[in-house]
Amino acid sequence: MPQTKSETVPVRSTSEVVMVRHMVRRWAVEIGFSIVEQTKIVTAASELARNMVDYGGGGVVVLEALDDGIRRGLRLTFEDKGPGIADVEQALRDGYTSGGGMGLGLGGARRLSNEFEIRSKPGEGTRVMIARWKGAS
Amino acid sequence: MERIPILKMGRYLLVSIQVDMDDRTALALQDDLTAQIVKHRAKGVLVDISSLDVVDSFIGRMLANTAAMARVLDAETVVVGMQPSVAITLVELGLSLKGVRSALNIERGMELLQSVARDTEAETADAADEE
Ligand SMILES: Nc1ncnc2c1ncn2[C@@H]1O[C@H](COP(=O)(O)OP(=O)(O)O)[C@@H](O)[C@H]1O
Ligand SMILES: [Mg+2]
Repeated sequence: MPQTKSETVPVRSTSEVVMVRHMVRRWAVEIGFSIVEQTKIVTAASELARNMVDYGGGGVVVLEALDDGIRRGLRLTFEDKGPGIADVEQALRDGYTSGGGMGLGLGGARRLSNEFEIRSKPGEGTRVMIARWKGAS
Repeated sequence: MERIPILKMGRYLLVSIQVDMDDRTALALQDDLTAQIVKHRAKGVLVDISSLDVVDSFIGRMLANTAAMARVLDAETVVVGMQPSVAITLVELGLSLKGVRSALNIERGMELLQSVARDTEAETADAADEE
């Protein structure tokens, strides 16, 4: 998938989570996402960035603008070297939280994205990749 | 850390969230509102979120917690001005915000708040009559 632009930013604090929201918004606007598409990917990004801060000891997010000549999209990869998730199925379940949250971050981010991939190994960290395509429902 | 200003209008509190809040600012607002409800014996809280272009599960929970806390303190909460794209996204996120009253704009929100506060007052008066 040809990528037209890519950037990596650190996420270590709740104020950097806000910065990620703003950055994802800017990129989504640039790609031509509708307001609803923008809001969905910004919200998903906010959840995943917060998880890195709350549970992963901080991490990085890689933003990639995609264009294959037919579709334009935005891919976001959240990567931390935290404790990882022992039971990913359980973590994805709505309402499951180990930290007093609402337990909607992972499941919600999956629903708000067109593509969703999670890889986590206890002791090594967590990587979540999401993507949205312009015009996809 | 940034703090969101709370305005007092008679027995009502008014908050207009104009910035994208980080989690600590959101929690501080929840605490401040609770404290102000007690201090001013407020009957209602109006939270204007028309400037917010994203409400995730943390902010959503803050709004729900504020409403629940206010109810315990005998005050009603109305959230006004939620952008349509935010409402659509919240549904997909899985956050229903049930228990949080909402209105289209500040004017409607204030009307709703006053009518609800009046009802609760009437109920309290009825209960007192029966005693
Ligand atoms: N980056 C991460 N590193 C370690 N654990 C994580 C990470 N992200 C999520 N988790 C685990 O998955 C659970 C569910 O996450 P989420 O759906 O965002 O709900 P919440 O954040 O409200 O707990 C978390 O409570 C946590 O145990
Ligand atoms: Mg979360």
